[in-house]
Amino acid sequence: MALELASTKGTTLARPVPAESPLAIRGLTVSYGQKPAVFSVDMTVRAGEMTAIIGPNGAGKSTLLKAALGIVAPLSGQVQVFGRPLAAQRARIAYVPQRASVDWDFPTRVIDVVMMGLYRELGLLGRVRKSHLARAEECLARVGMAEFADRQIGQLSGGQQQRVFLARALAQDADLYLLDEPFAGVDAATEKAIIAVLKSLRAEGRTVVAVHHDLATVTEYFDNVFLINTTKIAEGPVAEAFTAEALQATYGGRLATAQVDQLARALV
Amino acid sequence: MIADALLLQLGYNATLVAIGATLLGIAAGSTGTFLFLRKRALVSDAISHATLPGVGLAFIVMVWMGGDGRSLFGLMAGSALSAGIGLLCLNWLTRHTRLAEDAAIGAVLSVFFGIGIVLLTVIQTLGAGRQAGLESFLLGSTAGMLRADAAVIALGGALVLTLILALRRPMTLVAFDPEYAMARGVPVARIDLAMMGLVMAVTVVGLKIVGLILIVALLIIPAVTARFWTDRSDRVVLLAGLFGGLAGYVGAAISASAPNLPTGPIIVLVGFALFAASLLLAPGRGVLAAVLRHLRFQRRVHLRQGLLALAQGQPIYERLTLRLLRRAGLARADGIATERGRARAAKALRDEKRWEVVRADLAFEAAAALYDGLREIETVLTRDQIAEIDARLGGPKGVPA
Repeated sequence: MALELASTKGTTLARPVPAESPLAIRGLTVSYGQKPAVFSVDMTVRAGEMTAIIGPNGAGKSTLLKAALGIVAPLSGQVQVFGRPLAAQRARIAYVPQRASVDWDFPTRVIDVVMMGLYRELGLLGRVRKSHLARAEECLARVGMAEFADRQIGQLSGGQQQRVFLARALAQDADLYLLDEPFAGVDAATEKAIIAVLKSLRAEGRTVVAVHHDLATVTEYFDNVFLINTTKIAEGPVAEAFTAEALQATYGGRLATAQVDQLARALV
Repeated sequence: MIADALLLQLGYNATLVAIGATLLGIAAGSTGTFLFLRKRALVSDAISHATLPGVGLAFIVMVWMGGDGRSLFGLMAGSALSAGIGLLCLNWLTRHTRLAEDAAIGAVLSVFFGIGIVLLTVIQTLGAGRQAGLESFLLGSTAGMLRADAAVIALGGALVLTLILALRRPMTLVAFDPEYAMARGVPVARIDLAMMGLVMAVTVVGLKIVGLILIVALLIIPAVTARFWTDRSDRVVLLAGLFGGLAGYVGAAISASAPNLPTGPIIVLVGFALFAASLLLAPGRGVLAAVLRHLRFQRRVHLRQGLLALAQGQPIYERLTLRLLRRAGLARADGIATERGRARAAKALRDEKRWEVVRADLAFEAAAALYDGLREIETVLTRDQIAEIDARLGGPKGVPA
């Protein structure tokens, strides 16, 4: 257990950070064209906890996640996963992309999508065994979708689609889960189901990082926040970093003062 | 005559062509499926047109080296080379410029085809008599197909199918969700390139039979045809291979059964016939099934609305509603409910009231989500639950549940 200094907005807090943070990002800059979407960002994710990435639209939340996963190439900076380069640790990361990123009319069933999570184990020519199917079904049951296994994915509601994506990630049996807006546009039942699964992942000692939109539920759902608007604004446990000032700095004029006050009161 | 052709009784050449066309159809259909799923169907058009300069150059080089210039193998090698260059140009244009892929396809396709036509014209003016047959690569020509040609096609087709078998998982993953594939460390760019390489192989192999202009049909039509019949990608691949093979076989047989029927175009037309039949008749995704589904749904809506109107003593203005009620024996021509109609109407109204209770009560949240105005409440709640709701509602007993 090494001691590392994590600094947030002026205050330097000496907090123990495990030597092998599940996800450590240093000086990351990503740019589409000439305008950086993420500029010189440091991030240290704490193991076995849940962290929310928060910021306004276009603040670079998804980009940060995609750069951490090697989906977009950074201009500069390093990403380390459990203390080693990303390429060596692919098997330990599971990614849940935004629901809108795929075509749901694609000819595939729910169970087939979950089986994609077992891609690495199956290999190129390996046969699908009963044990594989059983595991995929188990993951579906975990998100409450067991009876939908044989449905075409286009017949699902938005919330159900999101749960299928989560089940696919569960099938990977990873140590670090990265989710891009898992609660965006889903029904209340789905939100409940997803947060229950994420908390059970945490209980198993796994690490969860999610891009999150709903400021009202941050305190209830997450242990840590990472506030970003192109650059990092604040990072740390909810109680310390999720403050009215930090939110004002993140959202600027876009967050009404009344909203900030309300949140600040809720935080007390 | 067609029966003879289908039974491969029309002689050596026709049999060779039929076998070659079938194998080509199977390979093209299953390869094209991945292209179709990746939504890059038209890339195959750019690739096929980009083969033409290679055909011309290969001929020139072979003649210059003192050869015959018409060796199929040599021409295929040349066409593969120039198609590969066309593909690289296309990839570079889409990746490194702001050109969208459709515009890049248009540019590559027309420029390469233009160069090819110029080369063919030049060849014609060179050594008259020796150039015969190069134009046949545009639309294919099976006259005088040799055993060696069929063997090349069979070998190429088998190679393509083997590679598809090996790459089916990553290709499906990349087609469905490329970002997830990337996050898992799948080399997406290389898989894409492999997919295009397979398309190129099919194109080059198919030059002799269907020609470069029509090969795109053999890649795409079987895949879209197969999509009508199944919702599983692995089955789309199998069915597309089947439809492609069938089109190749039947098309070759028909063209052999009469003089002056061009093989390639007939194969494409048979493929289209399969597509048209699927478009109309496929259950689920077919047009006919969709129309029937819509009509059936419309009838349910009108009947339900009519029953609710009857129950509340409202007049029914819509003719369709009245006609449906009458035909079901629920109302008379003047819009007055029959005995049976009154009973059904009372039940419909009662169900609406039951639904109101369900939708107002948080305990029934899951059931309430299923309300759409048409759903029978008995399919959502148990007998006991309905009895409990009825107890809350009070009012007349004995309405059949």
